[in-house]
Amino acid sequence: MRHYTYFPGCSASDGGAKAYNWSAQAISRVLDADLSELEDWNCCGSTPSSSVDELGAFCMAARNLALAEKRGLDMVTPCSACYVILNHTNSYLKEYPHFKAKVDEALAAGGLAYRGGVRVRHMLDVMTNDIGYDVIASKVKKPLGGLKVAPYYGCQVVRPKFGFDHPENPQSLDKLIASLGAEPAPFPLKARCCGGSLIISEEDLALELIRNLLDSAASHGAECLVTVCPLCQTNMDAYQSRVNKKFETNYKLPVLFFTQLMGVAFGLEERDLGLKTGIVPSEKILLKYR
Amino acid sequence: MLDEICAIPGGEGIRLCIQCGTCTASCPNADKMEHTPSQLIAMARADMRDELLSSNAMWYCLSCYLCTVRCPRGIKQTDLMHAFTSLAVREGLSHAGTFTPTMYRSFNHFACALGSLPEFGFMTWFYLLSNPFRAWRMIPVALDLLKRGRLSIRARRLTPEGTDQLKAILDKAESLGGFS
Repeated sequence: MRHYTYFPGCSASDGGAKAYNWSAQAISRVLDADLSELEDWNCCGSTPSSSVDELGAFCMAARNLALAEKRGLDMVTPCSACYVILNHTNSYLKEYPHFKAKVDEALAAGGLAYRGGVRVRHMLDVMTNDIGYDVIASKVKKPLGGLKVAPYYGCQVVRPKFGFDHPENPQSLDKLIASLGAEPAPFPLKARCCGGSLIISEEDLALELIRNLLDSAASHGAECLVTVCPLCQTNMDAYQSRVNKKFETNYKLPVLFFTQLMGVAFGLEERDLGLKTGIVPSEKILLKYR
Repeated sequence: MLDEICAIPGGEGIRLCIQCGTCTASCPNADKMEHTPSQLIAMARADMRDELLSSNAMWYCLSCYLCTVRCPRGIKQTDLMHAFTSLAVREGLSHAGTFTPTMYRSFNHFACALGSLPEFGFMTWFYLLSNPFRAWRMIPVALDLLKRGRLSIRARRLTPEGTDQLKAILDKAESLGGFS
């Protein structure tokens, strides 16, 4: 069994992406990976905090890293924003000693210290590189033959370069989809932005980006999208009807977390996967595999 | 201003810019910005501090990092954008005709005070601060989420010790006077 410290992030733990958390835990049990949640973790601060108070934001992230270091395991998160912020903090602490001195002083005020020893991983990285496509394929009970899936990476899982896949033309999710028996649809915009949190403050602008993504996926024959990020999922799913209204389009593309799609192929139950939490329903396209 | 930016982690690359425009060409939102990403760099180097910090441009940054991975000079352009927004907030210049600064501040307020982000509370607070009419328009999306159990009213709370610890760390960080 492989052991990890698990950092679910706010959206997956108590927010709109609980199904991501459930399905990540469920497939990890099948794949013999132990996800042990970090006790008393706090919000990573995401992009908003580092945009208004950089030192405070990095200290928030550093508290989580300091707590995780006591366990000596890799820390895995399903959220692309948490992944970037925690990795960014790690690399800044390494590169800028005067910045590290300030963070150390702030952590000390909370009785903590961080030596820089926690490797932060994304769930997609762990699944594709630690577990591997062959082991994943070996657990498939209901091969998803004939299902055309657009692999949507979004931005922060591959950019800036923390590592495991190409920053503009990534392949890991494509291969993962193929290992489930499904067909990865060509998707030229697969690593382009969904609008992120600007969906809240600048909705029109974000809707245009979402429309472009839906158009790219649909015009290449995709029957659904899979994402690796709670915010991407919310933007593409919960705002799809807004896109249709604004641009007079008629997209009906279900947007699943990649862990949900894996769960379907592994033959797991609805209660483990939360497929019904999707706003664009996925029942029809998944019917023959359930 | 150049020295100020160079002292910020990630800001030192600003001296290397050759104004090739790759960042601007890569930016999904460059056409919405009063100044393009490459113009912002030129402005910083020309010491146009007030014009730069009151621009709306950096508030349209999506943090998609496309500019950063493409810059032929290795400049961390997205980090520069965050440095500009943080400076604008510190100088009280963070309005710029977009609600993004208000949204970011609302988010940060909850994240710091609770140590977690209650999505419903944060969104409601933001819409009330920015434009309550927009809150009205959000009701259909909110109902969709609510029906599927995706809108939690209650916030996840840290233990009392964890809350105190986070507060002590953030208070100390504030007293240390910024990032650089």
